[in-house]
Amino acid sequence: MNLEKVVFGFFIVLAATLNFGFFIGDLDNPIHHEVYELFAAIVVNLIATVLKFGDRTHIGAIHLSTSLVADLQLIAAALVWGYSLHVTGAGMTPEVTTKVVSLSGGALFANVVSVVILIAETIMQKR
Amino acid sequence: MNPAAYESTFFLALRRMRAPLITLILIYAVSVAGLTLVPGVDAEGHPTRMSLFHAFYFISYTATTIGFGEIPYAFSEAQRLWVIFCIYLSVIGWAYSIGALLALLQDQNFRNAVRLQRFSQAVRHLREPFYLVCGYGETGQLICRALDQLGLRAVVVEIEESRVSQLDLHGHSMDIPALAADARQPEVLKLAGLPHRCCQGVIALTNDDNANLAIAIAVRLLAPALPALCRAQSVETASNMASFGTRHIINPFDKFGRYLTLALHAPAAYHLLEWLTGIPGTVVKPHRDPPRGRWVLCGHGRFGKVMVSMLEQEGIPVTIIDQAPPAEGRERWVRGDAAAAPALRAAGIEQAVGIVACTKDDVDNLSIVVTARELNPELFVVLRQNLQANQALFDAFESDFTVVPSQIIARECLAILTTPLLVPFLDEIKQRGEAWASTLLDQLTQRFGWEAPAVWSVRVNADQAPALAHTLAMSAGVAVPLGNLLLDPHDRSQELECQALYLTRADGSVVMLPHRHTPIQAGDRLLLVGHGVAQGALELTLHNENTCDYVLWGREIPGGWIWEQLARLHACWQGAGGSTSGGGVKPDPGGVG
Repeated sequence: MNLEKVVFGFFIVLAATLNFGFFIGDLDNPIHHEVYELFAAIVVNLIATVLKFGDRTHIGAIHLSTSLVADLQLIAAALVWGYSLHVTGAGMTPEVTTKVVSLSGGALFANVVSVVILIAETIMQKR
Repeated sequence: MNPAAYESTFFLALRRMRAPLITLILIYAVSVAGLTLVPGVDAEGHPTRMSLFHAFYFISYTATTIGFGEIPYAFSEAQRLWVIFCIYLSVIGWAYSIGALLALLQDQNFRNAVRLQRFSQAVRHLREPFYLVCGYGETGQLICRALDQLGLRAVVVEIEESRVSQLDLHGHSMDIPALAADARQPEVLKLAGLPHRCCQGVIALTNDDNANLAIAIAVRLLAPALPALCRAQSVETASNMASFGTRHIINPFDKFGRYLTLALHAPAAYHLLEWLTGIPGTVVKPHRDPPRGRWVLCGHGRFGKVMVSMLEQEGIPVTIIDQAPPAEGRERWVRGDAAAAPALRAAGIEQAVGIVACTKDDVDNLSIVVTARELNPELFVVLRQNLQANQALFDAFESDFTVVPSQIIARECLAILTTPLLVPFLDEIKQRGEAWASTLLDQLTQRFGWEAPAVWSVRVNADQAPALAHTLAMSAGVAVPLGNLLLDPHDRSQELECQALYLTRADGSVVMLPHRHTPIQAGDRLLLVGHGVAQGALELTLHNENTCDYVLWGREIPGGWIWEQLARLHACWQGAGGSTSGGGVKPDPGGVG
């Protein structure tokens, strides 16, 4: 067992699960989407990105790029949330919720790709 | 360290930044999350919690020690307690991250990696022909300076870092990318542009024969089409290099031995050769011809052996002075210190006509010849100079020949690289008689002086002479005499200050000293000698069609497409009108007929 692989897999799967947890629920119902989950998803995603730094392999490069995509989507979601709540003062209307959740849905897709690559990489190792 | 290791240093650096970055992210996450969970009070005293947005804003400016105060409301005591904790946590986090980053930037491996990256980028972005010079010692410096003066780019690989940093101080007009690395490694050569399409040749000048051999093999295998010029000090290395087809092997001692024998039996040919291969800008001094008679040689080393065999081939008796016991089969051998008068007297210096001082020590060589001149002022002195640094001493002592290996190699390299036609021409000089060489030398030095001239080759093709090649293609059948080509593009009643020495045709035939009526054909290669200004002027003629037309036929042709078309129409009308003048496009072969 390789501790580095454990940590790596842990963060990638955790990023995907948190993202999924935030995404699941009615698209426009703010009660179904906890903002702390979004916060946690962003933090874990950032950590997962940094963990992927410095891998010279091709798969490592794809890992990094999917992670960057997820970061971008999640940060965009957080910006929309912060802007609507604090700048325009509109609050969590169904429109705003839809925007935030659909952005996080994009990130979820990227995270799923990450997990698929992780699984594929694991299967390729015939040990 | 090899380049692959350097490259991975970047990835290693990224890996080393992982821990600090994750620490920062965690510290921010804990601080922000904590701040939103700690109870606070709003302006009216109602209990409230901070929003994530406000918490992130607050932590961002607190962690970076900017500090805008407590927003959106004054903090509760519980919040302040948490903020104290956050402040110290973030200070530790930043100190750790910045410390790690600075340590990384200071890391020698990392800096080397950055330097290597810059070097390979500079080489990759070269868009003009360049030469790869391995070894930036005395010879390398001479060659780089000369290439720079000739307007050619160079890339330098040198094993010693101190020499690479000297490169910046030498004030070249062009930027020379340089790398401190071992040129024996093929990876280094690859990075330095060996597979680059603009690389014109590789010059291996390190003072280590094995390294030069390794470079020669790498060039032969990785870039077989490139010419490699390799310095070889020993005969074994030279024959090894020759065995796998290294085209130019330069052994400075052997080269000088040949020069001296040429000077012994054909002084004029020797002077001509020296004048033609002189480093541009230096004055070639005609010196007295080496006399025939008894010679004394001091120091039977690598150079000494070559000199003895060369002199004996010419039938000249040589007496050797050396510290070592006599070599087998040698009769005239004096064992002793050549710098002292007794040994020189024992070797018969009073009756000798020449002396060769060729020990490895510059001071010894000088002291030998000073003593010898005192004993016999008429001596012809050949002096070996090992280090360029001792130039002042050797200048002060007026020897007849000073052998500076670095200069010999540099001259030879430049002759091969810049003017490929020069080598066959020099061979031809040695074939022709002494009288022929003497006439040519007088003629050339009267016209151009004793300063080393510019010697260059031109190939009549679309690449090197587009205008001339086009003109030749258009005027099929009409001979273009060489004399017309070598006229001044600014005023064609003047001849350019240059002369053609040698011409090779596309079919392989050769014309020595082509006459001004010799016709030029497509595919010809010309060897020219003259002033640098003439070289520039000829370049203009060869590249600019209007200039070419003026120089060849004395005709000003209109520039621009519309005027060209109008002129063509005009010529047609004149032809249709039955003009008796023959259409006005008849070339004027005159000029300097």
